Amino acid sequence: MTRPAEPPELPRFGRPARWVHGLVGVLMVVCLLTAAVLYVSSLQLLVGHRRVVELVHVWCGYALPVPLVAGAVFRSYRGELRQLNRFTRSDWRWLRSRSRRDGGIPVGKFNAGQKLNGSLSAGAIAVLLLTGLVMQATGLAPLTWRTGATLMHDWSALAVGLLVLGHLSHALRDPVAMRSLRTGTVPRRWAREEHGAWADELLGTRVDADR
Amino acid sequence: MPVDQPSPTAEGTPVGRRVVLGLLGLGALGIVGGARLQNGLGAALASAELHDPTGLIGLLPLGDTFRYYSVTGGVDERGATDYRLTVSGLVQQPGEHTLADLQGMPQTELVRDFQCVTGWRVPDVPWSGVRLRDLLDLAGPTPAATAVRLTSFDGTYTESLTLAQARRDDVLVALRMLDGPVSHAHGGPVRLYVAPMYGYKSLKWLSGIELTGEVVPGYWEDRGYSVEAWVGSSNGRDDDPTS
Repeated sequence: MTRPAEPPELPRFGRPARWVHGLVGVLMVVCLLTAAVLYVSSLQLLVGHRRVVELVHVWCGYALPVPLVAGAVFRSYRGELRQLNRFTRSDWRWLRSRSRRDGGIPVGKFNAGQKLNGSLSAGAIAVLLLTGLVMQATGLAPLTWRTGATLMHDWSALAVGLLVLGHLSHALRDPVAMRSLRTGTVPRRWAREEHGAWADELLGTRVDADR
Repeated sequence: MPVDQPSPTAEGTPVGRRVVLGLLGLGALGIVGGARLQNGLGAALASAELHDPTGLIGLLPLGDTFRYYSVTGGVDERGATDYRLTVSGLVQQPGEHTLADLQGMPQTELVRDFQCVTGWRVPDVPWSGVRLRDLLDLAGPTPAATAVRLTSFDGTYTESLTLAQARRDDVLVALRMLDGPVSHAHGGPVRLYVAPMYGYKSLKWLSGIELTGEVVPGYWEDRGYSVEAWVGSSNGRDDDPTS
């Protein structure tokens, strides 16, 4: 007769992923703000305390990759990383399509934009860490390397700053997605609209059943 | 290919990993080869930046122009009425100079590059002011004096020179730079300019000259920078000398 009521929410992010996202987010914002103070002359004049700002920046920078790597002890987080890593043929179509948001192209747990954001962020964090280490190694790295590292560090930081702004502007336009990074779940309806293939997978429907 | 319906999220190519490795490779290339790129772009952008009314080019991480550093929070401005420069320590005649006193002394003009230890360099900056040597001669160091300790009215920043370095021709108590009075942002109304040394030696907001029996390392020197800060032969750098 009546089926038991379907649970209204679908599990989207496990606890490890939520913690990693939160910690990396906070550290990234601190790094970007302190970078702005170290770099933009008017902010430097306003805030001053160059040594303190520098120390906060450097140590938050070293701390930033730690949660990203530490999360890997959890199976659920490894699964999510794997899904971010893999690009399917529909991902390329999604990126090229002008009507990518209307649901015509199957979208898995992450859409191609999210995958791109994830990989670009991870790559940039790796570059920032590497170049930051070279800049700190005043006794070890030759001067030209440190000059090169400074150039790479500055431009990567600028690029990451723009990437984070884009990420935030997408997030602010989707309160459900933002909430899911606190609670870990999303409403079914949202899942079907935004990540149809993923919803079908979770609900056990054949991917091609309704096409 | 797996026989059963492949999960749409588990298949595909590992683009994420390729992006990460690719960026790392570019970063490593940039570390090794970026210095040459920096020299070309820096010079090109510097001239554009000088003529940029919006100031936006200054936000790009390039360009040979001044970057403003301060080691404390806000520094109170001082001007003609409340500025004082004291000369104290191992001297026969401790003194105190107003801005007008300093302006009344013989002025020396220099055009020299300003080289920061973090890498940026501003070419051909016009400086003018009183030779530090003249102020030392007025006070008359005692035989025990071997070094000079310089202090700032920001309350924190200090610097050091040996007496011999302080007596060089190209060490100024600068009242003017860039064809105008030294602005507050540049450490005015009076700052030090030590032409042959890295920028951190050119203490901003100068308010005290103290003769000491030995070199007392300054603010940045306590934090790992060289006490003898010659441009091109200290701090592990090989920039062209500025003086």
